[in-house]
Amino acid sequence: MNKSVVFGALTVAGLAASAAAAGTMDDVKARGTLNCGVTTGLVGFAAPDANGEWNGFDVSVCRAVAAAVLGDASAVTFVPTTGKTRFTALASGEIDLLARNTTWTFSRDVDLKFTFVGVNYYDGQGFMVPKELGVSSAKDLDGATVCIQTGTTTELNLADFFRTNNISYEPVPIETNAEAQQQYLAGACDVYTTDASGLAATRASFEDPAGHALLPEIISKEPLGPLVRHGDNEWGDVVRWTLNAIITAEELGVTSANVAEIASSTDNPEIKRLLGSEGTLGEMLGLDAEWAKRAIMAGGNYGEIFAKNIGEETPIGLARGLNAQWTEGGLLYSPPFR
Amino acid sequence: MTTLTDPPKEQFRLSMLLYDTRYRSATIQVIAMLCFMLLAAWLINNTAQNLAALGKPIDFGFFSEPASYDINQRLLEYTSRDTHLRAALMGLLNTLVVAVLGCITATIIGVFVGVLRLSSNWLVARIMTVYVEMFRNVPVLLWIVLAMAIMIESLPAPRAFRGEDPTATMKLFDSVAITNRGVYVPEFLFSRSLGNIHLFGDSSLRFDISLDLMAVLVVLALSIFAMRKVAAKAAATQEATGDRPKIWYIQLGLLFVPMAILLTVLGCHFGYPELKGFNFKGGTYMRNSLIALWLALSLYTAAFIAEIVRAGILAISKGQTEAASALGIRPGKTMRLVILPQALRVIIPPMISNYLNLTKNSSLAIAVGYMDITGTMGGITMNQTGRELECVLLLMLAYLIISLSISAVMNWYNNSVKLVER
Repeated sequence: MNKSVVFGALTVAGLAASAAAAGTMDDVKARGTLNCGVTTGLVGFAAPDANGEWNGFDVSVCRAVAAAVLGDASAVTFVPTTGKTRFTALASGEIDLLARNTTWTFSRDVDLKFTFVGVNYYDGQGFMVPKELGVSSAKDLDGATVCIQTGTTTELNLADFFRTNNISYEPVPIETNAEAQQQYLAGACDVYTTDASGLAATRASFEDPAGHALLPEIISKEPLGPLVRHGDNEWGDVVRWTLNAIITAEELGVTSANVAEIASSTDNPEIKRLLGSEGTLGEMLGLDAEWAKRAIMAGGNYGEIFAKNIGEETPIGLARGLNAQWTEGGLLYSPPFR
Repeated sequence: MTTLTDPPKEQFRLSMLLYDTRYRSATIQVIAMLCFMLLAAWLINNTAQNLAALGKPIDFGFFSEPASYDINQRLLEYTSRDTHLRAALMGLLNTLVVAVLGCITATIIGVFVGVLRLSSNWLVARIMTVYVEMFRNVPVLLWIVLAMAIMIESLPAPRAFRGEDPTATMKLFDSVAITNRGVYVPEFLFSRSLGNIHLFGDSSLRFDISLDLMAVLVVLALSIFAMRKVAAKAAATQEATGDRPKIWYIQLGLLFVPMAILLTVLGCHFGYPELKGFNFKGGTYMRNSLIALWLALSLYTAAFIAEIVRAGILAISKGQTEAASALGIRPGKTMRLVILPQALRVIIPPMISNYLNLTKNSSLAIAVGYMDITGTMGGITMNQTGRELECVLLLMLAYLIISLSISAVMNWYNNSVKLVER
């Protein structure tokens, strides 16, 4: 018996790394829903209502994108993320888009490899204290215990602010806004610091909002905006121009109420291009002609979204301030639709 | 006439690797090993390539950059200008603190509960059963969160101590302040301090050694050494004459007199906490996060340790107790001198794994904002630098080293108590 067993060479095959992530837009269309990362709950920006429907300023961005891409503003799977988990969720592909009042910074853009598609809220970091403490300036906070959400830029600004002013503090790192609220209200921390808009939203949910004051100091620039992964420019364009579409809509006077008839009645060529009755902007994005129309119908233009969720008529009561259109002295300035 | 021929010399053929039982199992093991190594190589290669494609090749350079965030509980000096490496070191020390504290208290509570669960007193035994079942069967995260919530909601805030007629007062002759931010206890201060030795210059690993603490430890070690000498001499006298001389007052004197002299020389006094501004100042501050985590981890792990202790005691045959009472040894001494030393051999090995569990469970610290190594390196540093893979790998390495060290120490102890076979 001279049967020799030949060991086949062990071929090392198929070691090629998976190709660069395929088009996110194709994935979203194939899946039929948009996976959108939001906060774990911040009234006005993103929070589920009594029926479990997510609502809010950031949620509206998700809905507008879903309406533009999928034609259905409700085709969104909301993924609650904390300050710590949000970037991992986006980088790993668990979510297609992060709309979670996230500050646009150099290192997040360049080093963490994310593309910020624009700014939907110009904010700054503020401090909230109980009025009974009698504090009138953040510089009086020497020795105070400060609640911060961990994994945020506020953590770094806070360290810098106290260091440059040469005063001490005791940081209490906290995962979510709800926990921060609990500790702050129980007096386990003297001060709560986060973006001023977030403070206003948190205060609005207190039993006694008047008992708490926002200090006058705004210690940082916090341009908040939606972001996507680096490396998929087509998807980045879709989200960027959906955001620009709702900002431009306000500038041009297109609202969710008049969007249906203004497309045909107007003579303004930019409105026509925006709403798809002229030109092929939608096709260039890889969408149909009416993408922007659907995005605007989903929640209204920027002004409507602002007024409905966080504006002066709501308990949160934020003024437009920096977030007014450039024509009204604000910073909102969308590139032209051309 | 016969000619003897050598038996045909068996030649090695490749087919024998498969058909000869002497080689077969080795062949299979080699192939399995190769497959396993290929799989591992593929995973590593794939990860490296994907990271490179993302533009994030593996790089540990970020550890020397400033961390830019503050850490509340720091055992060494640290500012937000220090490096990520030093921030990770602070986290590591915090992990070790809660792990060591937790292991000690869990052992004490566990042994008590385990012994009491065997008590003949019906009520005590049942209460201990309820304790064990409650803590063992609810996830430890919930206990941690509950402990924190109780601390925050039920204890007074520092501002309750203020004013003419405060709603809260300090305990134990105004020396201890119990607030919902933590507990402030008096600290030792030395008015004629010997100073510190500074090690490692300006590097990320720099630390100070307190000469006062060293002096205290040296004196304590010498005292204990002298006490042992005295005890050995007493034992020798007992061997020779049958009379054991009274030595307890010499022992006490050896322990306390040198220490008292040293502390007087160093000018030791207490520093009491005082309400200043927003918070208490002075004293040693044990943060609510540390206490909640420590308490929850201890109580949770103690429930498991109690069961191990009970099992260890029940494993000792009843004849041992009966033999001990036949010799006239009282029940307390029977437990201490006869049962527990034998039970330890059964108890120690599962105890090691509970210590390891406690240490690993301490990574839930971020639920209450305790800045352990998961919170610093695996939390804020990872988040700010975006170096997920590097941070997680180092984090795993850190826990691996801590766990292996605990195992090594406990195995050494286990070897020292195990039955000596002749």
